[in-house]
Amino acid sequence: MRPGRILRLVLQSFFKKPVTRNYPVVKIEMPQGFRGKLKFDPKKCVGCKMCMRDCPAGAITISKTADNKFVAEIDLARCIFCAQCVDSCMKKALEMTKEFELGALKKHDLTVITKDDS
Amino acid sequence: MHDTHKFKIPVGPQHPSLKEPESFSVALKGEKILGIDIRLGYNHRGIEKACEERSYTQDLYLIERVCGICSHSHSTCFVQAVEEIAKVEVPQRALYIRTLIGELERIHSHFLWLGIAGHEIGFDTLLMYTWRDREIVMDLLAALSGNRVNYGINTIGGVRRDIKKEDIKEILKGMDTLEERTLYYIKIATEEVTMIKRLSGVGKLSKKDALRLGAVGPTARASGINRDVRKDDPYAAYAEVSFKVITDDHCDVYARAVVRLKELLESFSIIRQILEKMPEGPVAVKVPRKIPAGEALSRYEAPRGEDVHYVKSNGSEMPERVKIRAPTLANVQAVKRMLEDRFLADLPIVVAAIDPCFSCTDRMVEIDQIDSGERRVLVWQELRDFSIEWHRKNGIDFSGLNKKLKLRK
Amino acid sequence: MVLFQILVFPGVIFLAVFGMFMEFVDRKVYARLQNRVGPPWFQPFADFIKLLGKEELIPEQANFRMFRLMPLFSFTSVATSFLYIPVWGTHSLLSFNGDVIVVLYLLTLPTLAFFIGGWYSTSLYARIGSVRTLTQLFAYEVPLFMGILASALLADTWSISEITLFYSRHPWYWASNIIGFAVSLVALLGKLEKVPFDIPEAETEIVAGAFTEYGGRHLAFFRLTLDIEMVVGCSLMAAVFLPFGLGFGMVWGFLVYLLKILFIVMLLSLARTLFARLRIDQMIVFCWKYLAPVALIQLLVNLLLKGVLVQ
Repeated sequence: MRPGRILRLVLQSFFKKPVTRNYPVVKIEMPQGFRGKLKFDPKKCVGCKMCMRDCPAGAITISKTADNKFVAEIDLARCIFCAQCVDSCMKKALEMTKEFELGALKKHDLTVITKDDS
Repeated sequence: MHDTHKFKIPVGPQHPSLKEPESFSVALKGEKILGIDIRLGYNHRGIEKACEERSYTQDLYLIERVCGICSHSHSTCFVQAVEEIAKVEVPQRALYIRTLIGELERIHSHFLWLGIAGHEIGFDTLLMYTWRDREIVMDLLAALSGNRVNYGINTIGGVRRDIKKEDIKEILKGMDTLEERTLYYIKIATEEVTMIKRLSGVGKLSKKDALRLGAVGPTARASGINRDVRKDDPYAAYAEVSFKVITDDHCDVYARAVVRLKELLESFSIIRQILEKMPEGPVAVKVPRKIPAGEALSRYEAPRGEDVHYVKSNGSEMPERVKIRAPTLANVQAVKRMLEDRFLADLPIVVAAIDPCFSCTDRMVEIDQIDSGERRVLVWQELRDFSIEWHRKNGIDFSGLNKKLKLRK
Repeated sequence: MVLFQILVFPGVIFLAVFGMFMEFVDRKVYARLQNRVGPPWFQPFADFIKLLGKEELIPEQANFRMFRLMPLFSFTSVATSFLYIPVWGTHSLLSFNGDVIVVLYLLTLPTLAFFIGGWYSTSLYARIGSVRTLTQLFAYEVPLFMGILASALLADTWSISEITLFYSRHPWYWASNIIGFAVSLVALLGKLEKVPFDIPEAETEIVAGAFTEYGGRHLAFFRLTLDIEMVVGCSLMAAVFLPFGLGFGMVWGFLVYLLKILFIVMLLSLARTLFARLRIDQMIVFCWKYLAPVALIQLLVNLLLKGVLVQ
């Protein structure tokens, strides 16, 4: 039984740099494959709506604007970033980016609409 | 207060020592605890009912979010039950990856527990250091699965992602660092005077009591009961790795700390064996959307103990019944016994020593007829009617609300 | 001139600013020992100003007068006790024979104020915390007194200024008080309610102990009292146990004083990092079984030494 057993570790840390990352000043890079904000490629979408069927939260809605042209409405407030839609899409039209700072001041800004502008 | 020696103090639902809401109503005489009244249910979210209205694929992610710390345990347990009903043969590589993530989760959970235990006894230094080390595991899991908690690695029929060679090198490096630190923490826990004073002799639960009250996991193993689902009923890849089941005979909080610390060392060894023996092959098989009718019970050794899932299917895309028994529910009954004749100062550490996760626990709703002493089981519609009537008697009327949640458009 | 000394330096304003600066040093050292960054230098000042602007909620059943009086009472008693402690040089602002006892008594008054404030809050947590404060007082008070009085015994006087005068005339005599220094430091941890003895304010057991119902101005002054108590306690330790380097004049003497206080505060922060919190029964057993006998040994050593020196 020794009192102050943690003394060695504690004194060593006093002379080292702190482990804290200075977050808003120092940007953190997420690893490859991180599930951040969802990105939709309207050129590849064929309108099968498998992503809508498999989404646990009902966050994505695909609607048809013209012949073979589809628009996706993604509600970031509902999305749980599970990437099941990415797996379900047969045409690989959905992709998860590394962006995770998704705060917004108005609820309206949380709905992302991506359409084909060609 | 007429007798100023005896009074009842509420610990919870909101209290700085509880990480999740639960109500302990403690009867005190001075500093001595005379008795406790435990009430659960503050975290009930209706997950079991919600599972019945979603398909199996959607349920995977819902079940994963039952708890943040043991999310992979719940997800794997559910998927194992579904795969058993569908009679699917999961490829070996997928089983190994599931075990790898499961053991990484166990490491992360035990480090979290160490920090919380340190905080409850006023030893904030241990909290800061163990949570710093936990970041190594979280970064590893983020690189492997795409998120730091709620990994989403399971799918029905296997796993969703494969691991690459560079990841294996990172994992082995991480394990070496963490092993060296764990050995240091074991020295601290067993030699630091103030820790021994606060943890020894506190929350004693004899082997007979542990068996009678149904304790599971490290709480039971610290009372000398040799029970571990990974050895008794091997699932995933546990039949092919060799590890010891750690038990301890002190029967108190100190023993629970030692059991968890030594389990960390076993986890490091298991992960190294898995990475060596990982077979090549596919990571998932295709499973049809409609699961045939049947039922299955599956068990999993979560970091807190034995987690039991029961799934009943009826041939459609959505399950008919999902029932979850979380390990904390089995352990919380023992808290009352552990705190008999102890001091108020022991309450936070004893509750923390069973590693409570009340988000997992709040599942059951049982209504007792208090005067007659008999019990009845209510069907969903009867329960709903009972609740509406109860609220109406207390002056709250819900008949104006008639919204149904829209899931699929 | 006297008014300036009482109000500004080394009076109330100096004490408040110095106390908050020492709180910053304590928190920064605590954080760095845990491999963290720690707060910036203005954090305690910002906390004080923020608390002054918050709403005060007094429970309905509490005794309003006592509730409001206690912060002021404790603040004034610690501020007064500083008048008798020499900062640099060997003269304090006021001194008379017996002022070491008066300072120790004035340092006990805040503990009593915490008890009364907590008791009259009528909240359950506050009552438990306040009773624990008094129980803890029974444990650490005797070793603290014995340690300090042992040093006074060797100097053959009860006045702090005279004690420092004696030791500056006979250098190296302070080395005989090392045991007393250690005992008093541990007992000071109890008085200032820092881990391992922060039982009356155990956050994970009783929310905030005696301070549970306090908020706003009252809490600001209670926290300021704790800071000033730390400065006064450390100054007392420095004057009684580390009485060297006292002949340098105002500026250099103040620097020496600052270094001594920094040293003692760092020792207190180190103690905070190394240990877990004890239970109240374990603390009483520890203080009476181990601390008090060691303080007795120090008394014996000083008595023997005094006998030898007189001859």
